[in-house]
Amino acid sequence: MIQKQIKKIVQYVLLIIFFIISVFPFYWMFVGSTNHTSKMFTNPPTLTVGSQLMENLTNLNNSVGIWRVLFNSLFVSLTYVVLALAVCTLAAYALSKFEFKGRNAIFITFLLSMMIPYQATLIPLFQLFSELGLLNTYFALIAPQLCYPFAIFLMRQNFLAFPTALIEAARIDGAGELKIFFSIVLPSMKPALAATAIFLFMMQWNNFMWPLVVLSSQDMYTFPVALSSLIGFSIIDYGQVMVGISIATVPIIIFFLVLQKHFIAGMLGSAVK
Amino acid sequence: MSYSKWTPYLFLAPALILFLAFTIYPIFASFVLSFQTLDAGSYIFVGLDNYIRLLNDTVFGKAILNTIIILVVQVPIMLFLALVLANALNNQLLKLRGFFRVGFFLPAVTSLVAYSILFSIMLQDAGIINQFLGFFGIGPISWLSSSFWAKASIILAMTWRWTGYNMVIYLAAMQNIPNELYEAASLDGAGKLKQFLHITIPNLKPVILFTAIISTISTLQLFDEPYNLTNGGPADATMTLGLYIYNNGFRYFDFGYASAVAYVVVIMVAILSYFQLKVSGDQ
Repeated sequence: MIQKQIKKIVQYVLLIIFFIISVFPFYWMFVGSTNHTSKMFTNPPTLTVGSQLMENLTNLNNSVGIWRVLFNSLFVSLTYVVLALAVCTLAAYALSKFEFKGRNAIFITFLLSMMIPYQATLIPLFQLFSELGLLNTYFALIAPQLCYPFAIFLMRQNFLAFPTALIEAARIDGAGELKIFFSIVLPSMKPALAATAIFLFMMQWNNFMWPLVVLSSQDMYTFPVALSSLIGFSIIDYGQVMVGISIATVPIIIFFLVLQKHFIAGMLGSAVK
Repeated sequence: MSYSKWTPYLFLAPALILFLAFTIYPIFASFVLSFQTLDAGSYIFVGLDNYIRLLNDTVFGKAILNTIIILVVQVPIMLFLALVLANALNNQLLKLRGFFRVGFFLPAVTSLVAYSILFSIMLQDAGIINQFLGFFGIGPISWLSSSFWAKASIILAMTWRWTGYNMVIYLAAMQNIPNELYEAASLDGAGKLKQFLHITIPNLKPVILFTAIISTISTLQLFDEPYNLTNGGPADATMTLGLYIYNNGFRYFDFGYASAVAYVVVIMVAILSYFQLKVSGDQ
């Protein structure tokens, strides 16, 4: 009996330790953003909130124009989500509710392409956008991944579960194909669409390598590129860096805490149910 | 009642056009590029030169070795931890389950760049992690300037970032294991550990395989962490294939050579995925 109690206590203690390890860096990030750089390396460590937040923010804005960065990231990610969702949903619908020549070949090609490392496409893509004169544009950030096979796969799984009889009935009533898609099929796909949207948003919001390659001027920087540029300076002002990381992270955390279920489904790519 | 035979193609058209332009074309173009080199402003065909050059390139050798070390050490540790945590949280009697789950998952919502930078600050010589270890009389450890600890830093950071993510995947899969299996095992006198080893793990095998493949593919492309956390250093100790592709392509502008490195990654991904599927014997 006592042994069981001890086991239980040990289990909770271990879980709490893991919990602290998981969450502490966030607290420290927040504390760091309110303190002067020098406070980050004091002995004993500074673990309390300071009063430097506004000053760090002003400095950060002077170095990278943080509000512009916030706008770029939001604009690019949201536009990407809307367009990619449209492209992938239409494709997924065709691949799940129609019989046609080449259907399986196309679907298998999409699936296989998910195994190809992104880096294998990086250089020709760069050359392509360079020849088109489209480097350093929003278009270059948004276009390449609009057809995202994993999103097609997710939406297809959900469309497969939709009763085909309803679609056929609507056809008999004379409804057009687009009308059937938008007013009969899509409305029941809201949870799947939400999860896929979150998945796509997170991917674009965090995208680093491609923006790093195509962006050349600071006014186009997205969060990952801007943050990364901060630690490239010879003298790093960690207070600024911490504010930057916080601005990039806190909205996502709030978004996550509010929409937990959808969010986890989206991040895991398990939009089903 | 039927639809026009063009309807599905129209629905597919935007995706197919984008896919051909931005995925299929670049995949073939980089394959061709890997047999070319820039000579007096234009690309000329040089056969296997780029690949032969790879064989004698010590930095490339280091990049492969580092990537494999990180892969072989980090993925099993992370997946094991994720399994153990998921198993603990799967207990209905555990209090604060939701609280723990959210906490463990939280690192997975940070961007790769943001957490890499955060760890690069925490892991400095006078940083918070060394100060904490100092309380226990450990260290200070030169996390970012020793070639051993720099790899350890990347492994540590990645484990922090991804364990909760994998845990949630396992947790979801554990809900599908019928309770009767555990009840029957309990009646037979099997303890918790035995149940974990003989019921939970075998039932999760496909999911474990799935997470192992996903983690392997992403580790082979590792870029954000070495770029921001260690910048490949010290002395290429954390140079990875992803970072080496970037450096060759966009620091030295040697597109042909960078493409050859990228194709080595393509081949490694193909072989490892095939191997992992084969070992599992399911598909």
